Amino acid sequence: MNVAFSATGSELDSDLDQRFGRAKQFIIVNTETNAASILENTQNMNAAQGAGIQAAQNVVNAGATAVVTGNCGPKAFQVLQAAGVKIYHTKQPSVEAALKALLAGELEEADSANVEAHWS
Amino acid sequence: MDTNAIQLAVPPFTLAIASGKGGTGKTTLATALAEAAGIPVTLRDCDVEEPNAHLFVQPQWHSHTEQTRPVPLIDAERCTACGACAKLCQFNAIAIAGGQSMVFAELCHSCGGCRRICPEGAISDKEVVIGTLDCGTQRKNPAAPINFMQGKLAIGQVMAPPLIRATKNIAAPEALNILDCPPGTSCPMITAVRGSDFVILVTEPTPFGLNDLELAVKTVRQLQLPFAVVINRADIGDTRVRTYCDSNNINIALEIPWKRKIATAYSKGDSLCDAAPKLKEQLHTMLQHIMHREEMA
Repeated sequence: MNVAFSATGSELDSDLDQRFGRAKQFIIVNTETNAASILENTQNMNAAQGAGIQAAQNVVNAGATAVVTGNCGPKAFQVLQAAGVKIYHTKQPSVEAALKALLAGELEEADSANVEAHWS
Repeated sequence: MDTNAIQLAVPPFTLAIASGKGGTGKTTLATALAEAAGIPVTLRDCDVEEPNAHLFVQPQWHSHTEQTRPVPLIDAERCTACGACAKLCQFNAIAIAGGQSMVFAELCHSCGGCRRICPEGAISDKEVVIGTLDCGTQRKNPAAPINFMQGKLAIGQVMAPPLIRATKNIAAPEALNILDCPPGTSCPMITAVRGSDFVILVTEPTPFGLNDLELAVKTVRQLQLPFAVVINRADIGDTRVRTYCDSNNINIALEIPWKRKIATAYSKGDSLCDAAPKLKEQLHTMLQHIMHREEMA
């Protein structure tokens, strides 16, 4: 399973970025091989609008099948859901801690967005 | 005032009343200018998110028409989810996920690019109602009627510029055009002032007033529009707005005093010109000066 974590840095001990659409970047971890890769999100961080949609689109295109993040709005949720990507909301402080919690089965798959839509 | 009648510039002159800060008196000034002009005027309330000039003009309405804008409608049968439209869209209004396209109409800016680029011809226009265009007339002065128009954004709609453009483009007999513009310095304000012959920036002598005036000045300077400043409630606050205008060679065309009788008239929807007849003359003179200046340019 390829899992995209919203992150404020490039290392596994980086903070988990609480924002999905405007996350600094994504760390995509293959849970079988433990291989990790970086998906930049700078463009969406500075987008005037639709950051969540585009971030979701990029995560889908990168082949992620699950997303772990702090908060995810309704539009991003809709795109991820249409692509069959599972979404997990968590308050874990770091990517590493969130990964551990996911593997331990402590994270629950979200069935809806957990924050409201917003403009810019 | 007849001896002093304004010579209409040809082609018709468009005067935009704008500001950075909201609540400085754009509508008060725009409606008072329409009345003080003494010639036929078309007053257009372009503040489509909260049009309120009608409260002061109290026109006799004669039409209300729905205004629409096109958003993409994607034929799922023909769509191959190739993603060309999503890639083109600068507003992230289209996404491709799970082998299908998804449209987020509220983000669409109606550019039509997706429809043009689709290799399958799968995208057509779907018209969505964004608000109404309302037209009326006020004949308080039969010799100088005010042709009144406003755009009113529908509840839930957020894309003001297309409706502002439509409000500016409603056909009207040749007359002095006065635009009551939206506050701020973002797309709605820019859409409203763009193409005007002259802009009046209304401000107040407060720190907030100055901060937003500076932003508005930068905006109209970038648009290369001639402008002047009107200071409303001129005897409150401090002198920083005047100092700023002086040191940046900005003409202060008029100062409107902070008077209880003006505030009382405003609160009842009465005209500024009736409440302060002397001000009416000053407004008339200012208008003449602005239009004359443009003729000279």
